[in-house]
Amino acid sequence: MTQPRPSYLDGNALAGPLSEVFAVDPTTAWRLCPTCRMPSTLGQLHVYGPEPGLTGRCPGCADIALRAVAQPGHLWIQLGSGGGAFRFALPNGTGGFT
Amino acid sequence: MTDFSPGFRGRTHAFEGRLPPGQYPTESFPVLSAGPTPHLATDRWTFTVTDGTGGSRSWNWDEMMALPQEHPTVDIHCVTRWSKFDTRWQGVSLDVLLDGVDTTAGFVVAESYDGYTTNLPLADVTGGKAWVAHSFDGFALSPEHGGPARLLVPHLYFWKSAKWVKGVRLTVRNEPGFWEAAGYHDYGDPWREQRTWSD
Ligand SMILES: [Zn+2]
Repeated sequence: MTQPRPSYLDGNALAGPLSEVFAVDPTTAWRLCPTCRMPSTLGQLHVYGPEPGLTGRCPGCADIALRAVAQPGHLWIQLGSGGGAFRFALPNGTGGFT
Repeated sequence: MTDFSPGFRGRTHAFEGRLPPGQYPTESFPVLSAGPTPHLATDRWTFTVTDGTGGSRSWNWDEMMALPQEHPTVDIHCVTRWSKFDTRWQGVSLDVLLDGVDTTAGFVVAESYDGYTTNLPLADVTGGKAWVAHSFDGFALSPEHGGPARLLVPHLYFWKSAKWVKGVRLTVRNEPGFWEAAGYHDYGDPWREQRTWSD
């Protein structure tokens, strides 16, 4: 079902935008996939994007772990595959479409 | 990111009035993905309209191909700021697929085989404004661009034109989709630059 070559980015692609709003290094945050039970850190996620947003997926089953959308002055973070993202205000109006 | 070729720049005047604010023209067709590209066999493909009261109707691939086909040539506009003029498609109008649906719904949620969703007003997918498109530029739509079939709603930002579409679900409430729930605009009119939630 997947392309032969990886079309995703390294999980550390999430580090930049998320470090704007997290006080601790987000890439070592740990997750147990509810779908396939594979454990991974945020830095091990398969990340698609960066546009229109970053989608972090379980490296085992592609279950959606999080979505992050960078806009001028804001970062939206949605955990899991459900609805309802949190919008964080960013210092100095950073972020936005690349 | 821009890819003006000299020849293209020379004839941009021909597209005067067709480039929405904040967009640049491109001749390439960038691929944006939120996940692995599904490779779907047409013999296992179906498209389903769900009317919101439990009723549904489905078409398999052969049935979809047997419906009246249209050949829209349209401009498309991506929220990541590229626009592409005169793209040539083949597909079935949503008017055909929604014909006779008895509903009080004012919205649809387009749903894709990869789990992607996007929400649109029913009025924006009827009246000759939206298609289930299966061919691009005379060839079968490639998986990278949403094949075997994608939604085509060219008057809205292209994230509304869901790739790998498997159906539309009519809804009374406007339910935010995959990107709409994460900061993108509910409607997405390129001419009003409705990119984000706050635009
Ligand atoms: Zn998993």
